[in-house]
Amino acid sequence: MNRYPLWKYVVIAVALVLGLLYTLPNFYGESPAVQISPAKAVNKADSALLESAESALKQANVPYSGAVLDASGIKIRFADTDAQLKAKDILQGQLGSGYTVALNLLSSSPAWLHAVGALPMYLGLDLRGGVHFLLQVDMKAALDKAIDRMSGDIRSSLRDQKIPYSGVSREGIQLKVKFRDAAGRGQGEAELAKSQPDLSFKEADEGGELFLVGSLKPEATKRLQEYALQQNITTLRNRVNELGVAEPIIQQQGTDRVVVQLPGVQDTAKAKEILGRTATLEIRMVDEEHDVAVALQGQVPFGDDLFYERNGAPVLVKKQVVLTGDYISNAQPGFDGQTGEPAVHITLDGRGARIFQQVTRENIGKRMAILLIEKGQAEVITAPVIRTEIGGGRVQISGRMDTREANDIALLLRAGALAAPMDIVEERTVGPSMGKENIAKGFHSNLYGFAAIALFMMFYYRLFGVISTLALAANVLFLVAILSLLQATLTLPGMAGIALTVGMAIDANVLINERIREELRAGATPQAAIHAGYERAFATILDSNITTLIAGIALFWLGSGPVKGFAVVLCLGILTSMFSAVMVSRGMVNLIYGRKARVQKVSI
Amino acid sequence: MIEFFNIKRDIPFMKYARVTTVISLLTFVLAVAALATKGLNLGVDFTGGTVMELHYPHPADVPKIRDTLASIGLNDAAVQNFGTSQDVLVRLPVKADLSSAQLSDKVYAALKATDDTVQKQRVEFVGPQVGKELYENGSLALIVVCLGIMAYLAVRFEWRFAVAAIIANMHDVVIILGFFAFFQWEFSLTVLAGVLAILGYSVNESVVVFDRIRENFRKMRKASVPEVIDNAITRTMSRTVITHTMTELMVLSMLFFGGEALFYFALALTIGIVFGIYSSVLVASPIVMWLGVSREQFVKVEKKAVEAEI
Repeated sequence: MNRYPLWKYVVIAVALVLGLLYTLPNFYGESPAVQISPAKAVNKADSALLESAESALKQANVPYSGAVLDASGIKIRFADTDAQLKAKDILQGQLGSGYTVALNLLSSSPAWLHAVGALPMYLGLDLRGGVHFLLQVDMKAALDKAIDRMSGDIRSSLRDQKIPYSGVSREGIQLKVKFRDAAGRGQGEAELAKSQPDLSFKEADEGGELFLVGSLKPEATKRLQEYALQQNITTLRNRVNELGVAEPIIQQQGTDRVVVQLPGVQDTAKAKEILGRTATLEIRMVDEEHDVAVALQGQVPFGDDLFYERNGAPVLVKKQVVLTGDYISNAQPGFDGQTGEPAVHITLDGRGARIFQQVTRENIGKRMAILLIEKGQAEVITAPVIRTEIGGGRVQISGRMDTREANDIALLLRAGALAAPMDIVEERTVGPSMGKENIAKGFHSNLYGFAAIALFMMFYYRLFGVISTLALAANVLFLVAILSLLQATLTLPGMAGIALTVGMAIDANVLINERIREELRAGATPQAAIHAGYERAFATILDSNITTLIAGIALFWLGSGPVKGFAVVLCLGILTSMFSAVMVSRGMVNLIYGRKARVQKVSI
Repeated sequence: MIEFFNIKRDIPFMKYARVTTVISLLTFVLAVAALATKGLNLGVDFTGGTVMELHYPHPADVPKIRDTLASIGLNDAAVQNFGTSQDVLVRLPVKADLSSAQLSDKVYAALKATDDTVQKQRVEFVGPQVGKELYENGSLALIVVCLGIMAYLAVRFEWRFAVAAIIANMHDVVIILGFFAFFQWEFSLTVLAGVLAILGYSVNESVVVFDRIRENFRKMRKASVPEVIDNAITRTMSRTVITHTMTELMVLSMLFFGGEALFYFALALTIGIVFGIYSSVLVASPIVMWLGVSREQFVKVEKKAVEAEI
């Protein structure tokens, strides 16, 4: 009666082997590494870069123990931190500012473990040190900006259509267009309904004056907010790349927040400055009257700036700004309608379009420069020649670029500036020494607690205590394996969760053991007692675990950050404990007692 | 066989139901009183504000730190030693006029200027809006957990058990909160997570006893309701105490070795486990009895099941 069919043993054995396999990477520790990733969207990490990095290291005689290229960049391992630091300086010098060279720690588990997807658990910031920011996007400002832009567009489209109106004003999130007569308003309504699909217009009469009141459609509001959030995330990602952080996390949270996690970063002041910085786009005219060669020798003409193009060519640019990035409402990659060349299509808002039209009309045949200004440094993205007057606010930049560059420039133009201001609403910083301490503390509390439980169980229940302890150890193994497999983030509360799960999981075995004793006391034969003990206890174990599972799910749903980590561990731990406490321990009991035809005594 | 609880005769728990209930009520009232008069010492997670943990290689000069903070206009900063004399905890309330994200950098720069050896160990800043949300979500989680457990027990057992279990466990939660209010221990998000976990765990206790009561109703045909309950409690007594001791061993390990970060979490669990034993045995069961549980509620179900099989 206490025999398992072979397949059950196989299931247990396979689970144990898999558990061991996926837990293994956590024991290898980490080795110092350097991570190279592109700092700018135009640079790519490819095998050519890998080669040049490797040859640079070989030339400088820095020993390294492996270099790999993956989606996030190039990772090179070193035996010690001295080599790592030296390599970082060499590589940064070699590759220049186009690439970010960051210090990192990589798991030193062997490659065959990587190959089967066995990776160590991902440590949370409280265990590895670093900074966590929660940024709130000011959606009101984003909408304000959009409405301001629309009011300009309304003015120009009414003017273009020669519809008489006497003013556009903004009241909160509404736009009021004032008309002189009903006929004008009728015309205006028809025109605006066409040209402003994001606004819904309503007629209103106040004190004998005729108005059209436009308000944002709900779906337009939603779209504008999503756009603002996405653009801010893109911008943040670009900026974080400059910080040289190995594995940054930038994620949307809710509808208007962004989480930024920077492991290993200690200088929070600098991180905040870089995250909060605004990059701007400027369009200026190129000075073609003066000689660039003279300027290169240090005599930059008065009223000019000397900048460099992406290909390194110097350009003299007038100080006077024609347009700033504020007038850009969108930028998309695409193709030139006539030549089929890759191009970037920029949409300017109403005012920007008017200025642009005027400037291009007056400067046909001259060059204009599009500059991206970040950290007080300007770079000429492109400096095309103006061929015709450009009206309508649709600008196309083309020539000397491939599809990828067009994509990158469009991204830069969009991402250069934040769509809406952001505030830091939560910050958590943990020093690196504290992270190490937390790991040690979390580990020790688990270890000592487990040891105490094991000792008591073996003393009190003898052989069944040993079996229970082994089942409990199997539970920890499964739990850590699943957490590693899922690449869940392990936090200090998560480690507390493992401890608590272990403390609670033993309940199942206590229930079973007590039940067996009770059956024995009632006069059942050893085999019958073991059988009944497991069968009867199972319903109770199920019931009692489900209530804890309910608590865990609620915590996962409503908790945030570290608490979520705790909840994940708690829920997974309950599930693994059901398997280990019932099936694994039963398997062991069956192996020991089940084979004997007659058992005189049970060690319990 | 080593046995700590070889009880031959059932202990008549239900006879003392009135006494135990009065004791429970008393502790409950005390806990509520502590909550009402002192209130919870809510951590920065819920109130918003900034907490900084600093480390000095020598014993920290707390008054000097206070002076430094006062000199940059932070008179309301709370400065105290944390763990050792070398570690200092600085608490800053939310400032309406100041972008508080910059606050911690300002403080650190000022302290660094007066004593270069200071090290920043940990900074937590929570904006007032986020704090409010965490508080609301925390309360919501508590309600959801209670309703979820009640619904499960009502389906699995009977509404009387659900009501009794939840009363017993809310009693535990209120007592944990009472302790935190009385001693003004800091109530953080992690502590709340601990309280919720213990709520789920503690219900286990009631579930095990209830399970036995249900089983006994089927087996002990002639026994009265209090006898059935007494037997159920006595038979599960050994398991109750051993399980809780095991969990408590683990929690104590966290309390002693887990450091400051896990201290209050482990403390909440400790209190929760101790009162969990008491309440599930001596609070939940009398309530079930008084709510009028009877054999018919279970035996009928069984008969139906048998018929269905035929």
